[in-house]
Amino acid sequence: MRRNSLALLAAIAAVLAVGCEKKKTTGEGEAKPAGNNTPVAQGTAPAPAEGDTILLGEVGSLTGAQATFGISTQRGIELALNEANAQGGVKGKKLAVRVYDDQSKPEEAGNATTRLITQDKVKIILGEVASSNSLAMAEKAQAAKVPMITPSSTNPAVTQKGDYIFRVCFIDPFQGAVAAKFSRENLKANNAALLTDNKSAYSIGLAEVFEPKFTELGGKVVDKQSYSQGDTDFRSQLTAIKKAKPDVIYVPGYYSDVGIIAKQARELGIKAPLIGGDGWDSPKLFELGGSAIEGNYFSNHYATDNPAKETQNFISEYKKAYNETPDALAALGYDAARVAVDAMKRSKDLSPEAIRDAIAQTKDFPGAAGTITLDANRNPSKPAVVLQIADGKYKYVTTVNP
Amino acid sequence: MAEFLQHLINGLAAGTIYALVALGYTMVYGVLKLINFAHGDVMMVGAYMGYATALQMGARMRSSLLGALLVFLVAMLGCALLGLLIERFAYRPLRNQPRLTALITAIGISFALSYSFQLDIGFLPGASPRGFPEIIKDEAWFEYGDVTILNRQVISLGVAVVLTLALQYLVYRTRFGRAMRAVSFDHRIAGLMGIPVDSVIAGTFALGSALAAGAGILYAVKDGVIQPLMGLYVGLKAFVAAVIGGIGNVPGAVVGAILLGLVEEFVVGYTASTWRDAVAFGFLIIVLLFRPEGLFGRVSAEKV
Repeated sequence: MRRNSLALLAAIAAVLAVGCEKKKTTGEGEAKPAGNNTPVAQGTAPAPAEGDTILLGEVGSLTGAQATFGISTQRGIELALNEANAQGGVKGKKLAVRVYDDQSKPEEAGNATTRLITQDKVKIILGEVASSNSLAMAEKAQAAKVPMITPSSTNPAVTQKGDYIFRVCFIDPFQGAVAAKFSRENLKANNAALLTDNKSAYSIGLAEVFEPKFTELGGKVVDKQSYSQGDTDFRSQLTAIKKAKPDVIYVPGYYSDVGIIAKQARELGIKAPLIGGDGWDSPKLFELGGSAIEGNYFSNHYATDNPAKETQNFISEYKKAYNETPDALAALGYDAARVAVDAMKRSKDLSPEAIRDAIAQTKDFPGAAGTITLDANRNPSKPAVVLQIADGKYKYVTTVNP
Repeated sequence: MAEFLQHLINGLAAGTIYALVALGYTMVYGVLKLINFAHGDVMMVGAYMGYATALQMGARMRSSLLGALLVFLVAMLGCALLGLLIERFAYRPLRNQPRLTALITAIGISFALSYSFQLDIGFLPGASPRGFPEIIKDEAWFEYGDVTILNRQVISLGVAVVLTLALQYLVYRTRFGRAMRAVSFDHRIAGLMGIPVDSVIAGTFALGSALAAGAGILYAVKDGVIQPLMGLYVGLKAFVAAVIGGIGNVPGAVVGAILLGLVEEFVVGYTASTWRDAVAFGFLIIVLLFRPEGLFGRVSAEKV
């Protein structure tokens, strides 16, 4: 009841915001998006879908619980498109991106996608980070047959929505298996406990793979606990986990929860390391977790100390543009946009079918976060890295191949 | 056994914070018969005020006793002012309107606060969660095997008990309390008898909001994080606690809150977190089925 009224209020506010925005920009002939406007989008000509501009759409969590995910991804995409435009664009046309904020909520992500398709008539949709949001988007994109590439949603169900949905990151089964393999072989853990966010498709997906894999490798899952995204007190679950005396605790959640979980785990005297997935990757993790986050491990898409040429070029360009070291989500946003640009260059025309076919044929594409070859299920196969948090930084530990 | 004790301690710590928020609900309800749904969000604003104050201080000052007191003081005064403003401009103009009007306004204020705090303009903090500085350094005051009791857990409990006693004294032993009870009985007649109704109600709001600010900071210290929507959830739970205890009754609010904190903790600890809210609200329904007036509430005949 309360949730519904919240959603209703948000919807009304969104309608109002759109209405106001429209009024303000009527002179320019085009409604500006309610979310952040990238420099690329500001260069948008009055009729972006035709003429000399190709319009791409992006949905991201620019505000809300996972705001840093959306912002990093958006910067990566922006960087890729700026580079493509500097090299002459695609088929003689400039590229622009329209960005909508979904406030880290699946409902909003779905609505934003509909807007991109029906109102802005974009050629390709990029987004989201959180799998729950991408699932909502994929539904809409597939129904309208508009190609969609998610930079970093790792839940397998996303690309299973249909043949117009692609991704440039590895999928959950792999990430869960990496964590299980790493815990068992590198950390020599015998007993593991799971702490899952039962509101998130991502978290459940990773945990579901970790458990059988860890058992198959000879380990034992001694306790399973869950929480709901947005909780801030995890002591009851952690107290129960402490009793089970695990060697490692697998916490495949998002940084906003993990930071607090780490703090409360140490407060309760739990010394076992926490292991996580790419959802940990955010500078905010350090702010929320403080010293408690030190020494824990997570699997990720890339490491900044990877010597590959594409990775290092990307890092130096990104630093030049935004004055900070890019996280994995920025790298994947960059890769997703570049795969999109590459596909549009190769496709015979800019019809959705032709673009879709071109994306599907992506092979050995040198991305900043590893080489991308898309398989028949529209997923790439690429290795994962395991990082450890030490002295407020990520330290590369090992690479796990598929 | 150690696990049971640890759950007991965790539950008490959570319950005392619900209690401090529930006291504000119950006081305002006692005087105005208004469920002030904005109360939880005043708590959120209090936590942010504490956060801003702590950031202004140096690291050494922040973890000193003086610093901690200053954080509480600024936030409590700021929220008392906020409570006065809300009462003056949102509720007072509606005092002679049907009760439902004021209730809807309260929900409006609640949303206005929690959603405007998600904006990132001017002093507004934006939606991302913020780590709350450790103004009370964690110190284990008691350790026995696997069981730990932290200093701030004891402080929270102490503060809740002291405040309950102080409020009880205020309501039943002072002039202001007598005026509060008179206004609660019938504010029109109380006004005719020469009681300054407006200032009594304003005073109640200021006091309740200051309590909420204190609770907000204790909550932020406990979980180490603040975000603009924290008030909605805690507010709802504290409201449930106040109803369980018998809304309008001061000790009832505290007992209800501690019971709720314990129930939630044990449910999550021994079953699954998915059951927490279902059991918490189920507990409310069971209490209301057997004692519709709450555990400590008095039955009052309502003229229709």
